[in-house]
Amino acid sequence: MHSRERAEQGEGSGNSRGARGPVMDIERIDHIVDGHQGEASALIQVLLEIQAEHHWLPGDALVRVSEKLGVPLSRIRHIATFYKAFSLVPRGRHELQLCMGTACHVRGAPRVLDTIEETTGIQPGETDLDLKFSLETVNCLGCCALGPVLEVDGKIHGRLSSADAVDVLKAYE
Amino acid sequence: MDRLGSPEELEAFRQVLSSRRDPSAPCIAVCAGTGCLACGAGEVIAAFKAAIDEQDLTARVSMKGSGCPGFCERGPVVVIYPEEICYLQVTPDDVAEIVSTTIREGEVVERLLYVDPETGERATRESDIPFYRQQERLLLQSNIKLDSRSIEDYVALGGYSALAKALSRMTAEEVLEEVKRSNLRGRGGGGFAAGKKWEGSRDAPGDDRYVIVNADEGDPGAFMDRALLEGNPHSILEGLIIGAYAIGAHEGYVYVRQEYPLAVENVTLAIEQAEACGLLGTKILGSGFDFSVKVHMGAGAFVCGESTALMTALEGRVGEPRPKYIRSNVKGLWNKPSVLNNVETWANVPLIINQGADWYTQLGTEGSKGTKIFSLVGKITNTGLVEVPMGITLRDIVYKIGGGIPGGKRFKAVQTGGPSGGCIPEHLLDLQVGFDELTEAGSMMGSGGMLVMDEDTCMVDVAVLHRLPDV
Repeated sequence: MHSRERAEQGEGSGNSRGARGPVMDIERIDHIVDGHQGEASALIQVLLEIQAEHHWLPGDALVRVSEKLGVPLSRIRHIATFYKAFSLVPRGRHELQLCMGTACHVRGAPRVLDTIEETTGIQPGETDLDLKFSLETVNCLGCCALGPVLEVDGKIHGRLSSADAVDVLKAYE
Repeated sequence: MDRLGSPEELEAFRQVLSSRRDPSAPCIAVCAGTGCLACGAGEVIAAFKAAIDEQDLTARVSMKGSGCPGFCERGPVVVIYPEEICYLQVTPDDVAEIVSTTIREGEVVERLLYVDPETGERATRESDIPFYRQQERLLLQSNIKLDSRSIEDYVALGGYSALAKALSRMTAEEVLEEVKRSNLRGRGGGGFAAGKKWEGSRDAPGDDRYVIVNADEGDPGAFMDRALLEGNPHSILEGLIIGAYAIGAHEGYVYVRQEYPLAVENVTLAIEQAEACGLLGTKILGSGFDFSVKVHMGAGAFVCGESTALMTALEGRVGEPRPKYIRSNVKGLWNKPSVLNNVETWANVPLIINQGADWYTQLGTEGSKGTKIFSLVGKITNTGLVEVPMGITLRDIVYKIGGGIPGGKRFKAVQTGGPSGGCIPEHLLDLQVGFDELTEAGSMMGSGGMLVMDEDTCMVDVAVLHRLPDV
């Protein structure tokens, strides 16, 4: 719920400075855009790089991208809300991605999800108040032989029981 | 590395590479695919490197992080050449013993071998394991033999010879004709004849055209494209360049989904290597043909696996499909003729050009030629990637290769084609696998996910999982 409140804040102000989380350096954004020769068709790649570095897309970063690439802000927001990789609200320090693909599902992923929700106090799509974890469920990570699979900050934990999931989460600060 | 200016220079480079390699020298290949890395392959590789250093074996023993051989259930997988000894579920603690016993003394570490659950017999070599023995590995066979991040390894195994043949000894029309005659059908799920698609693009009006690799593998339970792109990225590039030559395209894209970061990394590196060698760029191998490729990472949208949505995403917009009154091979990316094929389809192209359509069409059924890679997952003893000739029965896949259902449970159904396919029940297990056969049975080939369900799987739950999400 708290993450939704924050989302509304971000939407309302149109500027990330009011929200928590560090503000993105304009020069860094220019550097990313220039890395793609400033081509408007590279918009998604630019946003992915900002998201990867910053864990979310601050409003002023989007304004800067819009100016640099000459793409209307409305189109950038359309893209930022359409693709699952992007977040318009601050994200936790650690990204939890639980695979809910069919293979993981038949091997017990829903039970693991229950445990993660209980342990972290957040539901898929949310971030906790300490900005420690963000939780997402994803379609299929392509590690079906190891299901159920939880990816934390890009590291894959496979053959996960609910008890294993609790242990994995304990390792993150 | 100098640019290779002609097919002869490519051959000379291959000769140099093989003369530099002693086929009898030990080589340790550790699978560095996503599945094995998740089981700790990274730590195993580090342990081998440290052990080789410590024991002063660096001059004699080589070591590589290889592509995924498909037996993900038993990872990390280690294969020791030249004997091809295959060790499964290797941990860093096993490394010292492997180095002292196998590398130094030439003996086998019995406890790390595959044990047949039925007979109790051990299998020393990969090819002795029943999971592999029944397969026909045309596309996957190189994965465990090569370092996924080395163009030298790919070239040493004969890589880019099909490209050299196409550019120097075949016209674009002849390449197209060969692919048409092979009856290669799209492996992404549609099963559309690749040659026909290519021809439509070649004949379409306009000067600019594009070729695209669809690596937005979104079918839950399927990971063959990930294994190919991560494990043997040059084979996909080679197929793509040949396709571009056939239709007259000079720009290409590899669209990889965001969930596959290692595939993005490896294919990006492969492109840089191919550019440095003159296998991409201007005047490829001294011919008059120019071609360049870019990698586009997806941003997490399931729908972008659909061809027109994917092309819209490549243009930097929201990936939404459009009606296909005019096919994308005529009007696709930026409204130009664009050939989009799946990863596995492109991987077949070098084989067809090298060995010919006559050879290729010997494998398979009337309507479906060649092999197909399936990802065999769910309630099955041997989980992993299986490459089989078209026409094999579902029963052979589930029982002979997959080793049946674990825990003595009864088979209930196998889902092919992912959520939009169907669940094939027990009485149809003798069905031959092929595009038309699976469609007739009410399911479909799809991209190759094969999800086995046993007596405990609730079909209602499966149906609920695949319902439309709450909006």
